[in-house]
Amino acid sequence: MFQTLGRLSGYLFGFASLFLVWHIASAYLLRSVLFPQPAKVFATALELTLDGTLGQHVGVSLGRIFVGFVGGSLIGIPIGLSIGSFGIVRRLLEPYTEFLRFIPATALITMAVIWFGIGEGSKIFLIIYTTVFIVIINTAAGVSAVAPNKIRAARSLGASRGQIFLHVALPATMPFILTGMRLAMANSFVTIVAAELVAANAGLGKMIWDARLYMLVDHIFVALLVLGFMGFIADRLFRWGIYAFAGRFQPVT
Amino acid sequence: MPLVRLSNVGKVYRSLTGDDYTAVQDFNLDIEQGEFICLLGTSGCGKTTILNMVAGFEHATNGVIEIAGRAIDGPGADRGVVFQGDDSLYGWLSAIGNIEFGLKMRGVPKAVRRVQAKRYLEMVGLTGQEHKHPTELSGGMKQRIQIARVLANEPQMLLMDEPFAALDAHTRAAMQSELLRIWRATSKTVLFITHDIDEAIILATKIGVMHAGPASKLKSVIDVTLTAAERDRTHDRFVSTYREVHTIMRDEVAIAMQRTH
Repeated sequence: MFQTLGRLSGYLFGFASLFLVWHIASAYLLRSVLFPQPAKVFATALELTLDGTLGQHVGVSLGRIFVGFVGGSLIGIPIGLSIGSFGIVRRLLEPYTEFLRFIPATALITMAVIWFGIGEGSKIFLIIYTTVFIVIINTAAGVSAVAPNKIRAARSLGASRGQIFLHVALPATMPFILTGMRLAMANSFVTIVAAELVAANAGLGKMIWDARLYMLVDHIFVALLVLGFMGFIADRLFRWGIYAFAGRFQPVT
Repeated sequence: MPLVRLSNVGKVYRSLTGDDYTAVQDFNLDIEQGEFICLLGTSGCGKTTILNMVAGFEHATNGVIEIAGRAIDGPGADRGVVFQGDDSLYGWLSAIGNIEFGLKMRGVPKAVRRVQAKRYLEMVGLTGQEHKHPTELSGGMKQRIQIARVLANEPQMLLMDEPFAALDAHTRAAMQSELLRIWRATSKTVLFITHDIDEAIILATKIGVMHAGPASKLKSVIDVTLTAAERDRTHDRFVSTYREVHTIMRDEVAIAMQRTH
């Protein structure tokens, strides 16, 4: 209880100091219309929330991240498991994973738009792309990190190959899978903004791009602020979820 | 007929450079039902290789290993293995979950396996700790879980690979007497690997001393006839047995030291 309170107040002080530094910098050090004060940004945020624009952009971006992230994880986990388990699959698929993971999703934005249009298709493709390789690599690394004695013990206790996979290899790999997903989540935030900046009808990236046209610097700051908070909260939720439902897998944090 | 028979067993490892390394050669040993055999040897003498072959983790290059008259071909639930470290325990399962793992894999209904697991949890002295996870338990307790996990599966024999080597001296001594008590209660056949003469004399009914590697084999087999009361480091008969075993071991230790230092 006290620990939770302590952690919460730590966060609150941390954020308060962040805004204080921002306020001092914008009010006294770098006084410019191009660097709005926090109070002004909060007022704009309230205004945009009340007229519904902010909610709409946030909803669109979050929806894309969610669909792409879940889809990418669902594709990545089984592929990672089979790469980690079977040498032949590793040799067949490693040229793809080792080659494609060095091509950032942002470099594929134009191609994705040409192929899938400026709607949801291209965004979801890019989020899946940015998620899938990091999940594959972490999952495969997790499988190879399973202590051989865990497998040997299971064999001596009478487990079949299928049982060893389901009851030993999979749970032993869980912390790595979850860590891969957490990293993929951070990647998704980077990718979605970049994709929406280039070509989109809605979303936080689109909001930033539109604000640039009219020099609405405070609108841009609202979007940045929201992105920071969304990422922070999504990451906390993910960690909380791991502890609540998979605490026994001891996530690598 | 002995429970386990190793006849002319040899193991050759091929290194990446293509050179062969003969770990074990012409190894012969019979293990009778209910015996507690300690394989005693210096590090690198191939004693773990022997255990791994009996467990079925590794295949013998030459010779035959039989259990109850059948050649060993891979691991099986008839031979329970207790490992030196704790990395064989399942961190995502509680103590009781680890202990009933083998029964679960073999399709024993939940209610039945719970009762069985509880019985062995009690036998190894972990009552009240059943819902703790391995990370919450001490080194000695983790080895107790390993022993209970193997016993709950009711194997024909126990294979123990220096199970107490990583424990501190006091915990080790306590675990040795616990193991003796359990062995007397269950009358299981045990093959126990150690490099510690004391440990071998405390536990074994028969000690197999191995030559220093490579290409090692059994140097001699000593029957330990000490009574329970005499298995005490300060007892005269313990000391004289120690001297006997030590004399056999001394040359092998010298060879092993020369090779590695």
